[in-house]
Amino acid sequence: MLSHLRPAIVMIVLFTALTGIAYPLAITGIAQVALKGPADGSLVTRDGTVVGSSLIGQNFATDRYFQGRPSATSAADPKDSSKTIDAPYNAANSTGSNLGPTSQKLLDRVKASVAALGGSPQKPVPADAVTTSASGLDPDISSAYATLQVARVAAARNVPADKLQALVDAGTSSVFGDKIVNVLALNLELDRVAPVPAPAAAAPGAGAPAQAAGSAKVGG
Amino acid sequence: MTVVGWLLVLVILAAVVAAAVPFGAFIARVMTGQRTFLTPVLAPVERGFYALAGVEPSKEQGWRSYTLAMLAFSGAGLFSLYALQRLQAYLPLNPQGFDGVPPDLAFNTSVSFITNTNWQNYGGETTMSHLVQMAGLTVHNFVSAATGIAMAVALVRAFTRSEAKTIGNFWVDMTRAVLYLLLPLSIVIALVMVASGIPQTLLASVEATTLEGAKQVISIGPVASQEAIKELGTNGGGFFNANSAHPFESPSAWTTMLQIWTLLLIPVASVIAFGRMAGNWKEGRSLLVTMGIVLVVGVGVVYAAETYGNPLLTALGVDGVAGNLEGKELRFGQALTALFSVATTGTSTGAVVAMHDSLTPLGGLVPMFNMLLGCITPGGDGSGLYGILVVAVITVFVAGLMVGRTPEYLGKKIESREMKLAMLAILIYPPLVLGFTAVSVLLKTGLDSLNNAGPHGLSEILYAFASTTANNGSAFGGLTGNTLWYNTTLGLAMFLGRFAYIVPVLALAGSLAAKKKAPASVGTFPTDGPLFIGLLLGVIVILYLLQYFPALALGPVVEHFAMLSGKAY
Repeated sequence: MLSHLRPAIVMIVLFTALTGIAYPLAITGIAQVALKGPADGSLVTRDGTVVGSSLIGQNFATDRYFQGRPSATSAADPKDSSKTIDAPYNAANSTGSNLGPTSQKLLDRVKASVAALGGSPQKPVPADAVTTSASGLDPDISSAYATLQVARVAAARNVPADKLQALVDAGTSSVFGDKIVNVLALNLELDRVAPVPAPAAAAPGAGAPAQAAGSAKVGG
Repeated sequence: MTVVGWLLVLVILAAVVAAAVPFGAFIARVMTGQRTFLTPVLAPVERGFYALAGVEPSKEQGWRSYTLAMLAFSGAGLFSLYALQRLQAYLPLNPQGFDGVPPDLAFNTSVSFITNTNWQNYGGETTMSHLVQMAGLTVHNFVSAATGIAMAVALVRAFTRSEAKTIGNFWVDMTRAVLYLLLPLSIVIALVMVASGIPQTLLASVEATTLEGAKQVISIGPVASQEAIKELGTNGGGFFNANSAHPFESPSAWTTMLQIWTLLLIPVASVIAFGRMAGNWKEGRSLLVTMGIVLVVGVGVVYAAETYGNPLLTALGVDGVAGNLEGKELRFGQALTALFSVATTGTSTGAVVAMHDSLTPLGGLVPMFNMLLGCITPGGDGSGLYGILVVAVITVFVAGLMVGRTPEYLGKKIESREMKLAMLAILIYPPLVLGFTAVSVLLKTGLDSLNNAGPHGLSEILYAFASTTANNGSAFGGLTGNTLWYNTTLGLAMFLGRFAYIVPVLALAGSLAAKKKAPASVGTFPTDGPLFIGLLLGVIVILYLLQYFPALALGPVVEHFAMLSGKAY
């Protein structure tokens, strides 16, 4: 056994240097030089500000935007760090609900989501609209769920629904037959084509008039 | 289910076989010490490693010495990985400023990675520094896979040699597997992955201002380099908590296809390498066909069950047309998700693109069954091959009993000692899986960890011990594993599932190597045709399904009928 001790220890050290240090650093070096965009997380910027990653879903809670799927991610409670609170699309703590198919908790949650969307067994809602994704960060929704939201967003932005439906159709891609839409990309298009007046409730104060002036020009 | 979906499955499997045939030949060349196109570059590195470690590469080992070397190496890995996690707060490359990992969790994680399991009781982005992820976890992704390949090659050598005292040199086998097989392919795959959108940076997170004005902190890091070896080494430990379901670990359907291909490549290629080393490619083919049948049937069941969906949700007003979408990502689709979940558990990978806890009962039964088989369809790097060879040995013995002949496999007589060792290996699984599950359901601390009630709760525990014992590492993630009870027992299950299994297998190798290789005669039972495939499948079903049938009946099977009859828990 003792005769194996030296090779055991030396091999661990050597392979740590080779596969644990040299390999990831070499890949990082090449990636940062040759593939900067994806290597940094496919970030999306607008007017010089990073607004998210095209791969990662973000939380849209207002009527003015198309919303993503429900998300099961959580975060530490700022008041009591031993507890957690719901924090949809927390991209620093990915997780799914892990609720099984016969879980009463799952059924209660889905029931509430279906009711909120005005669905019923006679008028079913798309499954992705009421189920949480595996990562809690799913960037996509089905085109059916996007279409379901067109009327709401159109009302909130005071634009014709068919204009938004055209945006949804343009943003839809097919993955082996499934029609899906990237929510962030769709909402960026939405802001460009049909901007809203400044979010008065969300951002009162100095920033608001400038934004309102800017968007009024495009919206008209 | 759609035609497109099935075509996709078949195209990916065909791409695996197409690549595995030449790569299997390459593996055979590398592991028998022959020259390859990489030799001019890598031979000096290889010689340097042996010189520094004091290894005499031409000196072969008997099975005892080979086993001790493997255990010493795994032990050194265990201690160094444990120390790295405990001390991460004082070490560099810790941009998030994480504290040291607690002792029970560090024990569990160390065992997990040295045994090629990659069970994760921690969330990567909230627990481990970049240094631990790279210099700790990634290293063991390489060397634990290489250790598996080494042990499989040792067993194959035992079959091919006649009256031999040695089965190879562990240090050489392990070193060559890393240098010639795992590292070059990982470099290529990691770069393809970055080009396909998987990040690779030393930053810990980026901050975005969402369109609604909120702050979103996005965890990031050297993901691609870990992702490539995670699949190639059939490890499965994710950089992020959500594993390959995380958009940074698999941004698209294409990256998921690439990952399925990558995780199946070496297991399939090593069976082909086995055929070449055994001198009859048909011997490899019959094992491969058997594995393929179990795999494809499994995909069929999961795909059908998941597209059928959950009638409990349909009754609430959810459109059933897309199938069960709880715990799934839209960009992969049901066909790829089904193939991934079967491939990841048929191998010992354990990466996931969907939360297995939220699969339908039958959709979750298949991954569980794959792991109860010990992950041999087609199995982990190396571990799949030695696993199926043990079953093959038992099969020829059963066949021999039926026709009243002395059983032989590849010209080696299978006698009492070989059968005892094969059974010793196989029999380590049921007490670990069923025993630990039984004790867990009796303890309050075991039940407090559950996320689901009713039969699904039992499934969560059973799945955990099936996964850890078979060194798979996938989970019904609702179970809170980071408790003293589960950290300890799951750690023990992983440790014994690997080492208590492999020591008898290496002893079997020693015993077989010492035997005289008899030429095939007319009385030899053929092991390269459909009859053997049928028998092998029969032994797999009888040996495994029946052992676990009562437990499975109480978990997923009863849950399936509960779901159909509208019952929730």
